[in-house]
Amino acid sequence: MATYEVELKNINKNFGTFKASDNVSFAIERGKLIGLLGSSGSGKTTILRMIAGLETPDSGDIFIGGRRVNDVDPGKRGIGFLFQSYALFRHMTVFDNIAFGLEVQKKPAAEIKERVEFLAELIGLKDFTTRYPMQLSGGQRQRVAFARALAPNPELLLLDEPFAAIDAKVRQELRQWLKATIHKLGITSIFVTHDQDEAVEVADEIIITNHGRVEQAGSPIEIYQAPKTPFVAKFIGESVLIPDYTIFKGFKTDDGRDKHEGILRPEFLEIAADLNEMAPPMPMTTEKGLVRGTYFRGSVIQIDVEVKGQMLRGFRSLEKEPLHEGDEAFVFVHRIYSFDGDRTEVIENAAKHAESVII
Amino acid sequence: MREPKSIRRLLIFLAAAFLFLMLILPLILVAVEALSKGWSVYIQALTEPYAIKALGLTIEATVLAVALNTIFGIASAWLLTKFDFRGKNLLGSLIDLPFAISPVVAGLFFIMLFGRMSPIYSTLQDFHVAIVFAVPGVILATVFVTFPFITRELIPVMESQGRSEEEAATTMGADGWTIFRKVTLPNIKWGLSYGIILCTARAMGEFGAVSVVSGHIRGRTNTLPLHIEILYNEYNFTAAFAVASILVILAIVVLILRNIVEARGVKAQ
Repeated sequence: MATYEVELKNINKNFGTFKASDNVSFAIERGKLIGLLGSSGSGKTTILRMIAGLETPDSGDIFIGGRRVNDVDPGKRGIGFLFQSYALFRHMTVFDNIAFGLEVQKKPAAEIKERVEFLAELIGLKDFTTRYPMQLSGGQRQRVAFARALAPNPELLLLDEPFAAIDAKVRQELRQWLKATIHKLGITSIFVTHDQDEAVEVADEIIITNHGRVEQAGSPIEIYQAPKTPFVAKFIGESVLIPDYTIFKGFKTDDGRDKHEGILRPEFLEIAADLNEMAPPMPMTTEKGLVRGTYFRGSVIQIDVEVKGQMLRGFRSLEKEPLHEGDEAFVFVHRIYSFDGDRTEVIENAAKHAESVII
Repeated sequence: MREPKSIRRLLIFLAAAFLFLMLILPLILVAVEALSKGWSVYIQALTEPYAIKALGLTIEATVLAVALNTIFGIASAWLLTKFDFRGKNLLGSLIDLPFAISPVVAGLFFIMLFGRMSPIYSTLQDFHVAIVFAVPGVILATVFVTFPFITRELIPVMESQGRSEEEAATTMGADGWTIFRKVTLPNIKWGLSYGIILCTARAMGEFGAVSVVSGHIRGRTNTLPLHIEILYNEYNFTAAFAVASILVILAIVVLILRNIVEARGVKAQ
């Protein structure tokens, strides 16, 4: 049996009439790096703050390291908390900031010095320990906040939007650094983010929240490939809503349902300038479309293509012959996520099975 | 700016003339009148026993009022900015009450509360506690009138700093007192100093409320402003202005301190 570092059971929390947490339950294994993902107002930060003890749930239980901590003070929960705005003590030097938690614990001065120096080295700021937060860049401040949270050796690290206030270029480096450092230290960590790319890139596992509920928890690949709810399917990755997917070749069905709503991701679509470009060419199952727009997206070109009156979005490699607005294009739909009530299902193009059998 | 030079000059002249007439001239007149009969009369007016007593009481009331309001001010600003609770807005408005209310009314209020008409008057008498027409009344009135100064100075500072530094300290296991001493207080020290200075200036000069509760007992419940009024009413103008000059000097010292603190505070931001 896996050991759970953090466990939430049936947590409810209201702010006035606003339901911030609606029967939230999940468990996190020791040593994992978890991304708590949701749009703003989805209740993700409230969950983090309740784990830290900065908010109190109306009902439900919170366990950290197997101990029920509902009535334990934040400082005695064995957590480190990284605030979105870093919340560094502005009148203290980097050294004093990092040392604060150890000083509260009345550790001997020599031990504090050793620990602070170790952490300053770890965050690459060992020549900056006499500086004040004001004299540091955003990325440096974030690393100091990280070291300060780690100093008292917490069992669990909680990070609230750790990259939100940092400019794009530094953010990328910092994500990788944080991920590597957390794994090196082996500390269980939960970070809150509204940025799906960030969650997918950094987290071992993602918990998706929406309207105070947990929609789905799982590895980024699981969530990407098998979204359990329409919300998750729409929220993760890019997608286009298809009101009736049976109009496309390979998706005809006689399942008796009257609604066939689904979503299509750009990577489910193959867009070709002519049939021979397809590998293998499948003339019977390929749709004809009209290119309505092309957008340079850095590593690929996004192509908006109209098929049977429906606008679809796909990507095309920069290496291939460029398509232009008004060109005719050949489109093959590999798969679709269909909605059935609150569940989603992955439907593969029937032609793929059929033709692969023939070959 | 588009205004022609002549208009600009006129406006500057008007502002300067107004300042001179309303602020500088009175100060000069106080000094001139105080010294009109020479230094010896001036010194005599200041060293007269009643004047010294009045100065002593003013300092006593000011020090106590500032000390109490520093504690109340920090406590209420802390409460209003770091916590959420029912009736928070009401409390915020109540703190401003002494600003809104006439000091004379505040004085009458203390007479009603502790004077002969009060239901607790006989109990106070039994314990030989005199509040109205005694030093405690003077101090209470001063505390009441100067109550909002420090709180109002601190609230915007604490509000802009938010709660996250305190929360960060909480998650690291610091208790309330440690958080206050090591995190909050260093962050508000300039705002607090500024509030204390304003509070001091107001406490020294308070007249209305103190006038009602003090009973004007010379040598016992007279503060400097009250003493000045008595001298003035006795047509002893030179002595009145001599004592007034002490308050003026104190006010100027406070203003200089204010400027130093403000400049430091801006630099620390």
